[in-house]
Amino acid sequence: MNARDTILARIREALRVPAPLPHLKSRNAQAAAVPAAAGGHAGLTVLPLDVATPWLPDGGDSPAEQLQLLTENLEKLRATVVQVADAQAAAEYVARLAHDRGWGRVAYHDHSLVGPLAAALPCETYRVDAPACDKRALESCDAGITTCEALISQTGSLLVSSATGGGRGLSILPHVHVVVATLDQIVPTLGDALHQAKERHAGRLPSMLSFITGPSRTGDIERILVLGAHGPKELFVILVG
Amino acid sequence: MIAHPSDLPRLAKKKFLHDAAEHVRDTSHRSFVRKALGGYYTSRDTQKARFRDWEQARDAASLAKWSAVNRLDELLPRFVANFEANGGQVHWARTAEEARDIVLNLLRAAKAKAVIKSKCMTSEEIHLNAAMEEDGYGVVESDLGEFIQQLRGEPPYHFVFPCMHVRRDEISDLFQKNLGTAPTDSPEELTMIARRHMRQLYVDADVGITGANFLVAETGQISITENEGNARLTAALPRVHIAISGIEKVVEHLDDLAVLLPMLATAGAGQPMTCYNTLYAGPRKDGECDGPEEMHLVLLDNQRTAILADPEQRDSLHCIRCGACLNVCPIFKNVGGFTYGTTYQGPIGSVITPHLRGLADWNHLSGASSLCGACTDACPVRIDIHHHLLHNRRNAARTAPSRWERLGHKLFVMVARRPWLFATGGAVFRKTLGLVKAVRPPLVRNWLATRDLPAAPEKSFRAEWRSRKDDILHERS
Ligand code: SF4
Repeated sequence: MNARDTILARIREALRVPAPLPHLKSRNAQAAAVPAAAGGHAGLTVLPLDVATPWLPDGGDSPAEQLQLLTENLEKLRATVVQVADAQAAAEYVARLAHDRGWGRVAYHDHSLVGPLAAALPCETYRVDAPACDKRALESCDAGITTCEALISQTGSLLVSSATGGGRGLSILPHVHVVVATLDQIVPTLGDALHQAKERHAGRLPSMLSFITGPSRTGDIERILVLGAHGPKELFVILVG
Repeated sequence: MIAHPSDLPRLAKKKFLHDAAEHVRDTSHRSFVRKALGGYYTSRDTQKARFRDWEQARDAASLAKWSAVNRLDELLPRFVANFEANGGQVHWARTAEEARDIVLNLLRAAKAKAVIKSKCMTSEEIHLNAAMEEDGYGVVESDLGEFIQQLRGEPPYHFVFPCMHVRRDEISDLFQKNLGTAPTDSPEELTMIARRHMRQLYVDADVGITGANFLVAETGQISITENEGNARLTAALPRVHIAISGIEKVVEHLDDLAVLLPMLATAGAGQPMTCYNTLYAGPRKDGECDGPEEMHLVLLDNQRTAILADPEQRDSLHCIRCGACLNVCPIFKNVGGFTYGTTYQGPIGSVITPHLRGLADWNHLSGASSLCGACTDACPVRIDIHHHLLHNRRNAARTAPSRWERLGHKLFVMVARRPWLFATGGAVFRKTLGLVKAVRPPLVRNWLATRDLPAAPEKSFRAEWRSRKDDILHERS
């Protein structure tokens, strides 16, 4: 037997004796689990996410609450959040940033939110998806501008994808990551963001979907927090609308 | 190549006892580790409080893992089919050796010149780096902690915080010696040294090796959790991406991650979410501007099916490797990570290592516990960790009972069944306790080395009770 068949046979054999349920504390969890267990392993289901969601951190009910939570969470993570009135103001903000920081080259990808920002920059730009990204060129960029699929108020995370966010490298290799998004992209929970992504890319998932929660960080030296371990040292989130 | 403790199984227990005794005496090491963990407790509690109901969330997390592990026969093939449909290639490995061979063959096929690696405990488990070096492949660990450990020629001290035992001045010296950098005592500057050193290596590497935290059956994606961005870079820039994962990492739904990801981060490191949680669905797709041309996944058994076959301890496969049980364990904090001599340290390592490497040689880890249950309380997926240590002790006693223990129990039963003998025995004991303290016979010498015997009471409890019972009962009424 080859390795695959051996392993699968061992698994089938091992599972012939059922395991007891974990010691569940909650009635809701027990109610969901017990009939499932009684139905034998084939009928076993997990708790649907909407049962568990009220136990997880709050994502806020109204859009205003969600915006506030998102901003608070991002700031705790030491990201910079700016809310601007329109695309023009966003472009001005990024142009000023580029000027103040003395950026020589900024990478971006083709997108209706991102393009105008790149066009207004006072420095060199590099478009990563025209049509393929040269990693050495990308490495030489000071910052990368992308859009995202969703912003999650529950945790202060962004969801970026290789399909709509300029591939894999743009949001991780440059020293600064600038994300531009619209207010209606805010969703309350991680689950909402995942559902949305699954629907949007039904049948053809992007090769990468990444939750980004603050600038890159490490605590490996004496458990002391340092930003910018390998990924971006700084994360700017520009909310338009 | 340093000899790994697993190559010297008979010595494992001796080494454990020796190293534990040594570490326990090293108070500066102990206080350093405690201090390093101090901030963790605060941030973990802060993040836990953001959950509206942490205990019920643990239920949800444990059910998600329970239901996946107990349906592995159905979900693993489903995952594999979907992963392959996404364009990934799957390789099955029964043993560590098979897994190493698979990776080495992939490196050969890729004509790899430079390999970059992000943190992957499964690769530690199969001793991949040593095998790669033997075959002439240089490999760089990109996770800062792993990089430091690689330069030090040491395995990770803690499977989430690999170099938490190393002081910044030691790291500065290490970088000075190996990278020729100027000395500094700033963690920030040290981190930047590693950052600068690594950047070109990501760009130049032609193969990237990562681990995997979850395999999502429903979509065929693998999920990788990290803080530094090194795994993202490792899976973005090289031409070939190889991921290595245990077969137990499967979850059924993408939804399960909405529960498991924040819990992993909060329990293990006191974060709302780990900085990067990334789902990969195969190599670069048409229309994407970068990403690897090939994506391989090595699925490793290496005795996991033996744990699966034990319904009592099957839940130890629910482990999401958050490290919380290590952070709260009084034994871990006192004996330190290296003393275990295992890939997975701490309470969960003590539970699974006897399965992975043999109960006969590793049962001593079942005693590396105060049975306080702090690990079980901390575990986000409700693994019954400290009871499993007891189960391992029982199983070991069943398969290879110790003659001395059996004799001891027999003697005790004989005495306990005969009140007169019990009373006489007690009297003899009370009289000779002082003598035991003075003589320190070999049987109790180790025990007495770090403890004091209490003073013997004058009378037995029963005698005491007889003389005072009337007063006590009177007072009560
Ligand atoms: S056993 Fe539980 S607490 Fe320990 S590492 Fe695994 S998931 Fe975390």
